[in-house]
Amino acid sequence: MEKMKGKAWVFGDDISTDHIAPGRLFHLRSDLPELAKHVLEDADPEFATKMSKGDFVVGGNNFGLGSSREHAPTIIKIAGVSAVLAKSFARIFYRNSINVGLPVIICNTDGIEVSDELEVDIDAGVVHNLTKKTNISFAPLPKVMQKLLEDGGLLNHIDKYGDFNLD
Amino acid sequence: MGQTLAEKILSEHSGRAVKAGEFVIASVDVCLVQDGTGPLAVRQLQKINLERVAHPGKTVLFLDHAAPSPRKELSNDHMLLRRFARKTGAVLSEVGDGICHQIIPQDYLAPGDVHVGADSHTCTGGALCAFATGMGSTDVAIAMALGRTWFRVPETFKIQLMGRFPEGVYTKDLVLHLIGMIGADGATYKALEYHGKTVDEMKMFGRLTIANMAVEAGAKVGLFPSDDVTRDYLQEMGRGDAFRPISPDADAEYEKVIKIDVSKLEPTVSFPHTVDNTRTMSQVKEMDPIHIDQVVIGTCTNGRLEDLQVAASILKGKKRDKDTRLLIAPASRGILMAALKDGTLQTLLDANALILPPGCGPCVGVHQGALGDGETCLTTQNRNFVGRMGNPKGFIYLGSPATAAATALTGRITDPREVL
Ligand code: SF4
Repeated sequence: MEKMKGKAWVFGDDISTDHIAPGRLFHLRSDLPELAKHVLEDADPEFATKMSKGDFVVGGNNFGLGSSREHAPTIIKIAGVSAVLAKSFARIFYRNSINVGLPVIICNTDGIEVSDELEVDIDAGVVHNLTKKTNISFAPLPKVMQKLLEDGGLLNHIDKYGDFNLD
Repeated sequence: MGQTLAEKILSEHSGRAVKAGEFVIASVDVCLVQDGTGPLAVRQLQKINLERVAHPGKTVLFLDHAAPSPRKELSNDHMLLRRFARKTGAVLSEVGDGICHQIIPQDYLAPGDVHVGADSHTCTGGALCAFATGMGSTDVAIAMALGRTWFRVPETFKIQLMGRFPEGVYTKDLVLHLIGMIGADGATYKALEYHGKTVDEMKMFGRLTIANMAVEAGAKVGLFPSDDVTRDYLQEMGRGDAFRPISPDADAEYEKVIKIDVSKLEPTVSFPHTVDNTRTMSQVKEMDPIHIDQVVIGTCTNGRLEDLQVAASILKGKKRDKDTRLLIAPASRGILMAALKDGTLQTLLDANALILPPGCGPCVGVHQGALGDGETCLTTQNRNFVGRMGNPKGFIYLGSPATAAATALTGRITDPREVL
């Protein structure tokens, strides 16, 4: 995968799918570009207007906890975020992100501050913090997930092979 | 080496003996989507021309979150799901039938099934010893169409329960206590497996409450053994033939053992804005009184007949506090009818409660009972995240139906043991 470059937007621990895509906007779930204008609204009401394409969302522990709504990682992707970095992810959010082709990276995000310029090299497993001049390494994805991400998500994978082809 | 319940069920469904850490392709028995996740699932299948379902009689589309629909966009989503049901033969659960996690265990699940749902509380089915877990729309769409999905076989935490519940303390208090103890990510990617004499004696409604909240500790699934309680429940639901006993092997390997003596527990409340932010009633009593604007009794966690009966026993012959609204949403039409028949509904109405249609009600902030700025709510649901009940400026507390009823009487968070 190509290296990704952008600014860091830092959120804390326990960012839930209700922060990302709240239930009061349920009626926008069938209009994802519209819903994406509200991405992460309940964590930072201005995030969608402040961020630029290619930027990173940086979380703490248990990012994406809560509901199974795939709309959450989908609108993060539609908004133009290139990857989410966090110390840990909730299970369903993590799996959904891979399925929709949004890279999710488990790494130590402690030293990353708002507006730091980051460059992420998925193949090498390293986050370069260009502002702080530090490198943070991370473990590669499990093989199954790597394959799904390479195929552009689960839907494309099934479309390509007609079935699971994960071995 | 023996197997945990998760390993057993996933072995049966992948055709080989598997253990924790392995990746498997497993067959799937029962699938659900709901009106918030189903439309995306359907559109994904349409995109790749795969609009079919592998097991039509065991694929259920629920109109429960926006029931009835408060606006045209959601009415259109409902229409999309109705059309998909007609086209594929999948079952449609209409507006007013009830919440997915009530209907699936009572009408569809069998012990040992693999059940996936596009709803995080699909883990409720673990109460029936089904490997039941929540996923996103695309995952469930593919599982519905192919009858298969992939899993990483989870490691298991053994939750060893002992003792008898004291008066006024329920399984909801136990599961809040557990999550407070291990944290909202304390069991991420793991299976929870419940053991002990307390479990043997625990009725199905209590098991459903506990299994429902497995995901609130990050777990993939929360499993109970399939035993006499399971058999009795299935018989009562008219599905006695779905029963088979399943238990873990005595020499199964567990990553961790957590012991809880339930006789030492107190009524427990989760404070805003995370489920693991728990306080016991003794701690609450040391604080300034916490006024509550709205009490909600219902949801897939605690909207069953037994839950409404507990609330009614506390509210009987009394009125709710005049400054505290009391909203009650039975989890299904069947429960509403049973509560009508046995007088529970009358008691609740006499206490000035408002009865909502069966469904998710105010739980996820789609409609009905949204909070005002700065308002507080004590609810029997499973989540209290920022914005959950329709307003990021609301404050949500979680508790048992007994705590909810006691709180409705006094208008402040109240220990049910004071009013029992
Ligand atoms: S009652 Fe609440 S938690 Fe349960 S399925 Fe409905 S919205 Fe989700």
